[in-house]
Amino acid sequence: MKKHLIILAGAAMLFGMTSCKQVSKSGAKSSSNNGTYSQSMPSVDMVAEGEPQEAEVTAAPNVPAPVGDRGPKKWIVNLETTETQAEIADGKMYTFWTFNHTVPGSFIRVRVGDEVTLNLKNAENSVLPHNIDLHAVTGPGGGAAVTTSAPGQTTSFTFKALNPGLYVYHCAAPPVPMHIGNGMYGLILVEPEGGLPKVDREYYVMQGDFYTKVSATNPNLLEFDNDKAVAEQPDYVLFNGKKGSLLGNNMIEANVGETVRIFVGNGGPNLTSSFHVIGEIFDNVYLEGGSTISHNIQTTMIPAGGAAIVEFKCEVPGEFVLVDHSLSRAFNKGAIGKLVVRGDKNHTVFQENK
Amino acid sequence: MKRTWISIVVIILVISLIACNKTQDDIMPVQEQNSPESIHSTQINTKMVYIPGGEYRPFYSADSNDVFVAPFLMDERPVTNQEFLEFVKANPQWRRSNVKRIYADSSYLKYWQGDLKLPQEALPDAPVTYIPWFAAKAFAESVGKRLPTLDEWEFLAMADQDTSNARTKKQYSDDIINLYLEKDRQYKAVKQSGPNYWGVYNMFDLIWEWTDDFNSVLIKSDSRVGEDDKGLFCAAGGATTAADILNYAAYMRFALRASIKANYNIANLGFRCAKDTIISPSQNQEL
Repeated sequence: MKKHLIILAGAAMLFGMTSCKQVSKSGAKSSSNNGTYSQSMPSVDMVAEGEPQEAEVTAAPNVPAPVGDRGPKKWIVNLETTETQAEIADGKMYTFWTFNHTVPGSFIRVRVGDEVTLNLKNAENSVLPHNIDLHAVTGPGGGAAVTTSAPGQTTSFTFKALNPGLYVYHCAAPPVPMHIGNGMYGLILVEPEGGLPKVDREYYVMQGDFYTKVSATNPNLLEFDNDKAVAEQPDYVLFNGKKGSLLGNNMIEANVGETVRIFVGNGGPNLTSSFHVIGEIFDNVYLEGGSTISHNIQTTMIPAGGAAIVEFKCEVPGEFVLVDHSLSRAFNKGAIGKLVVRGDKNHTVFQENK
Repeated sequence: MKRTWISIVVIILVISLIACNKTQDDIMPVQEQNSPESIHSTQINTKMVYIPGGEYRPFYSADSNDVFVAPFLMDERPVTNQEFLEFVKANPQWRRSNVKRIYADSSYLKYWQGDLKLPQEALPDAPVTYIPWFAAKAFAESVGKRLPTLDEWEFLAMADQDTSNARTKKQYSDDIINLYLEKDRQYKAVKQSGPNYWGVYNMFDLIWEWTDDFNSVLIKSDSRVGEDDKGLFCAAGGATTAADILNYAAYMRFALRASIKANYNIANLGFRCAKDTIISPSQNQEL
């Protein structure tokens, strides 16, 4: 009798294991058939190696080093939420709420299969609680459900990056439009296995709409205006949280012959961006930050809480203007930046006739 | 033999089922008396204000049911640094070096210069902060009072300077947000600003305040969306009146309450005390 039972148990175990294998095989097949990226196995089954290390994060317009062909790893990402005053436009100060003291917040760069421990510290002198919802996270609230941090407190959670793409993260503490309207957003890039194709230059640009009124207590300070936000009538539409953040000495740069990749996000809270670079055509656009690559695009739509990756080769020198092609925003509200391309002219591509 | 095997299998099954069903309970403040040493009374007689109570609609109500708030007495202002110092003098178990970690995390009375010395440059009559719910509750007991309930606090918070319920006024929430947005206001002295309709001071302009059941909103919020503040966002956003959807000040208060635990010590979180009453103000002029 005992023997029978053991044999039965053994058979059941074998059966279970083979069926498991079959599931993972078919999973791999379907993922490699989908989209542009191919994966050797479902990302949920990838093993992140080693001890957790602190990940490099960067302020706009810079991005961390590409993941290259490394395997999945474990990372620690430290973000601090702050409420701070900084110039928004023309010498006017505004009370921004931030991730890591900047608008947009730090750029996070990982790959599929990475396991990321995100520590969210709320500065001790914050008035309000903050949290983080990363659109790259599979799980309750994108992390917001477990990261609400009171002033001075730190919360933490760990997630596995399952889907490649460029994702927005933002604060989701109520009232959410106010937290986002004050600048609490950033981008997290999840690279596919093997990394994105190599390019010469990479930049981080994020658009946001700002609704302001003069502070009741400080006539030299602007702060969030709820009425304008509800009416969706911003005073400013800005790249990287400040008028002129990509102008003058702050222009992003490239040389003739180089390929440029811009990670473009839109924090909102309300407006959809019609992102365009005057005088360039996007050779590649990772539509909505996902895996579908479209070609030869003039203007790409970037929804609030969405992103896109645009790539183009710089063929001729000059200043190329980044705009939201909903043009009143560019001409009147600040949604303008510049890429300066240096190098030799190419008269075959472009020349002025005198 | 067969029977033994079957019973083993059944036992394993039962164990695994039990393990599966066990969910992690949230840390909730325990209602019973916790202190290993009893609370010694402190002679502090903060003026209290009679609040008649009445029907009111909670901001977070998912089903729009009105709640009846019984008459109560409320401290006219928050508890101050000096008063809390008197309390810890009389109650050594609540001094910084003695306090138990389960009642107060390591930030308890963070900038005090010792067990019985206030922070440098702290005003004695500024509200006490960096105190946990447990300590606030113990203080209230020491002065023969209790913490206000969330409903009592919010009932009182409906008042502006001129009316008992200003929730429908557009300016009401805007004015409060203007106060909320100012940093480091907790270092100012109490009663430097005007009283509200009831004669109560500093409801919004200095600190966040503990309430007895500060975390009850987590239980009452929509169970479909869970315990997080997004749940609060969805539940409150979907169920309250249009005027309340624009009440960003209330969202901020409830977000703060959802982010704290009973042993937390926060830079801008203090408290005031309340008391049951059966008498009306006409019977008790000296209140």
